[in-house]
Amino acid sequence: MKRPLSRPVGYVVAVLALLLGWEFLSLALASPALPGPLEALPAFATHLSELIGHAALSLWRVSISMVIGAALAVPLGLAIGRSARADSVFAPLMFLTYPVPKVVFLPVLLVIFGLGNVSKIVLIATIVFFQILLTARDAAHAVPEGAVLSVRSLGANRLDIARHVVFPAALPDIFTALRISTGTAVAVLFLAESIAGTDGLGWFIMDAWGRIGYPRMFAGILAMAFSGVLLYEVIELAERLSTRWRRSAR
Amino acid sequence: MTSLSLDDISLHYEGQDRTVRALEGFSLSVDHGEPIAVIGPSGCGKSSMLLLAAGLLTPTDGTVRVDGGLVTAPRRATSLILQEHGLLPWKTAEDNAALGLRVRGASRRDARQHARQALERVGLGEFARAYPGELSGGMRQRVGLARAVALDADLLLMDEPLSALDALRREDLQDVLLDLWHRRGHAQVLVTHSIEEAVFLGRRVVVMSPSPGSVRGVVENPDMGEPGYRLDPVFHGRCAQLREILADEGALHAEEAVRG
Repeated sequence: MKRPLSRPVGYVVAVLALLLGWEFLSLALASPALPGPLEALPAFATHLSELIGHAALSLWRVSISMVIGAALAVPLGLAIGRSARADSVFAPLMFLTYPVPKVVFLPVLLVIFGLGNVSKIVLIATIVFFQILLTARDAAHAVPEGAVLSVRSLGANRLDIARHVVFPAALPDIFTALRISTGTAVAVLFLAESIAGTDGLGWFIMDAWGRIGYPRMFAGILAMAFSGVLLYEVIELAERLSTRWRRSAR
Repeated sequence: MTSLSLDDISLHYEGQDRTVRALEGFSLSVDHGEPIAVIGPSGCGKSSMLLLAAGLLTPTDGTVRVDGGLVTAPRRATSLILQEHGLLPWKTAEDNAALGLRVRGASRRDARQHARQALERVGLGEFARAYPGELSGGMRQRVGLARAVALDADLLLMDEPLSALDALRREDLQDVLLDLWHRRGHAQVLVTHSIEEAVFLGRRVVVMSPSPGSVRGVVENPDMGEPGYRLDPVFHGRCAQLREILADEGALHAEEAVRG
């Protein structure tokens, strides 16, 4: 079997492929609406300091929302998954509310929390909350009863079991949910920023569009891609550090 | 002095469309420092009996006592070892062995220190930082034993702890179990499917019969624990005696009941 590439090399190859495809598409389309990387990259360099400010703001919004959403969803989801009684009430509640796209509540949130950070954070945290809630519940459900029994025989109470058995058992699934919800979170943040407020990458991109500044707009899109990479890598790192046993499993 | 006593126990539970009588009129008494083996066909209630003794099930009728006190919840100095799932894959051997102490409120440092000593005892000192996924089946069972040793249990309950192992590792671990018992002198109840294992590790071998689970007979085995017992004709005689009882019960085919 061929050995996989190292992570940095993988990134270089992926970026080159992306840039080539992009340039090719831009040449083929020959429209000012799709500038190639040769135009967008200089624009990215020009606006760099401005972009860093907006990106930092957007990243901060996404991460705080994800942390809040996960911090609320994980304990609740695990508790629901471990209690048949709680599940009988919460499962229908989840199934009723989960499919409703939470974005539709943005107008309501804007009225309640204003155009600033709070409405955006509440919206994204809600979306992340539901995605992780469902995963955590299913993961807690799937914990082998034998593991619970053997720890219970040591005299463990419910809290010990949650801490030593249920939480670590669910952790890999929670990370998967976190990774999946990152994409949704960024997309929703873009929408929220472009509708309300005067900062963040979402605003930057829509503002550039409004001014027909296409290279500037693509500089914003590039910044968004980099922010996404940063988010995923941070999650990867957190997962590697907190689920060490999985690398050793045979 | 009695360590564990199960007195006229019945255990019933609701099955699909009828009441299952897992145990009926079951009595067993284990003295301090006495090693008992329990053998019987599947469905004879052996595992339920252990869960009752561990305080994880409550009997429908009868009483479970350890050291004279009624058992209603898991007890501090009782250790239960199961065939599978005993170890948590996300904890190192050391932390798995330390888990009982941690749950009982010991500090992380104290628990780890005891766990390390216990791992040394079962010959796994070098593997303290390994995860169960990195250990062989036999090594994993040793970690399970180390957990009981770290807890300083005076009553060890084991539900077919070695049945997932191949024959050679099995004998190896049987020696470890015997050695631990010699050194620590705890009371122990070993549930097993293996006739040789029962005779090697049980000073008394209790034979159970199914539906409802009850005691079919007891084989006294006072020579258990003698050096070289496995090669002793007495050992083979006891195995044959046990085989006969099991054959009578229909747990073995008659032609398998060859005299040793």
